[in-house]
Amino acid sequence: MNIADFFSIPILNISSSSWETVTIAQRAAQALSANSIELTAVFLVLSILITLSLLAGLGVVLIYAERKIAGHFQCRLGPMRVGWHGTMQALADVLKLLLKEDIVPARADKLLHLGAPFLSILATVLGLAIIPISPNIQVIDVNIGVVYVTAITGLGVLGALIAGWSSNNKWSLLGAMRAGAQIISYELSATLAILVIVLFAGSLQLSAIVQSQAEGWWIWRAHIVGVIAFFVFLIASTAELNRTPFDLPEGESELTGGFHTEYSGLRFAFFFLSEFVNMFVASALVVTLFFGGWMPFYIGNWEAFNSIMDLIPPAIWFAGKSAFFIFLLMWFRWTFPRLRIDQLMRLEWKILLPIGFANIFLASLVILTGFYF
Amino acid sequence: MDYFIVLLLIGLAVGLVSSALWISFLLAPRNPGGIKNEPYECGEETIGSSWVHFNVGYYLFALIFLIFDVEAAFLFPWAVVFREVGIIALIEAGLFISVLLVGLTYAWKKGVLEWV
Repeated sequence: MNIADFFSIPILNISSSSWETVTIAQRAAQALSANSIELTAVFLVLSILITLSLLAGLGVVLIYAERKIAGHFQCRLGPMRVGWHGTMQALADVLKLLLKEDIVPARADKLLHLGAPFLSILATVLGLAIIPISPNIQVIDVNIGVVYVTAITGLGVLGALIAGWSSNNKWSLLGAMRAGAQIISYELSATLAILVIVLFAGSLQLSAIVQSQAEGWWIWRAHIVGVIAFFVFLIASTAELNRTPFDLPEGESELTGGFHTEYSGLRFAFFFLSEFVNMFVASALVVTLFFGGWMPFYIGNWEAFNSIMDLIPPAIWFAGKSAFFIFLLMWFRWTFPRLRIDQLMRLEWKILLPIGFANIFLASLVILTGFYF
Repeated sequence: MDYFIVLLLIGLAVGLVSSALWISFLLAPRNPGGIKNEPYECGEETIGSSWVHFNVGYYLFALIFLIFDVEAAFLFPWAVVFREVGIIALIEAGLFISVLLVGLTYAWKKGVLEWV
């Protein structure tokens, strides 16, 4: 394998005839085993570039989208001044935050205060790397993919907890404790919902979970069990993202800014960025687990329809499905009022968790009887 | 190779944040001191340390969480091999989970799950 072969590799594979997942990591490993150091380096740089461009691009696009959608939900226009229809607003915000003073409270734990944004961004970057965007665009594909995702989510909690604790501010402390309690609680339900899909797919690897949906998405094939798991997972991931109606950790009317009250300038920007990009990671997971990932939408044996669907590249399918769920999350924000903390805990421990266990039991019965499509 | 890239990405994340903070450090004004560096409490002066006692409920939920999280870690390999093992797997996992559910019921009856 030499540099010339590299250019013949279809990074954006249009035809759906080859649906075998080839990750960037596998390509790099192949290049390494072929003793081509340059090519290995090219793929390693490519993996960094993909993750970095996803992080930056999604950050800018999602912040703009959130403000525009929020505006239109409230019969406003949203940002309009900077650039055409305010498209440059996010960039202007980044520049503004870059030039702001970085204020650290006098009695804060300086080291932890500095370290918290690193943890948040770290969790987001590692989460982005495992998302199967198309058969050819996936940076890594570890065989314990689902466990990896669960572990990464845990890392994000640490960022919020450390940020709130180190600020030496009562609002921050309360916000951090709420964030910790909420995220770990809802992580249980999210894990139980993921387990249902693992039961059906028989694999923890995200690419294998997508491949297992070639004959139909799990939300359809696993019928009632899949639908229950989907709703539990959607609620739990909204809660893990700290988004309304579960935004108690940063409830601005009670805690000013929650765990990031004492953050300013770029340090604050990193929390913001990781929160928004995490929204994409969560939507991408919903799509991967329940809605066939990058698989096109097929209707039975209707060849004419299916061949038209084949024309759309997998990456576009994936982007479209994720965009829908991101929009849904933004829609939630302007639809549901914030929960109280006792309601939040009751919803998880007394409603979602028992449903999750019952659903696992039901799912294993469904698999044993073969009563699914 | 996968985990090597994970290491690489950890480096990327740390490098990205630290370089951005460094650029900001060069560009942004720095004028610390005085009342600006006090903790923000809506204009009130802070009384005492902010590292106060908080609701014991957080600890209780963390304890119950720990049990169920470890259980989830056991269920992942179970879910992968479920099809091959069949009905025995269902019975075994059922026994395992029901023991834990007894614990959850106990906590529920004791009112641990109520937020006070």
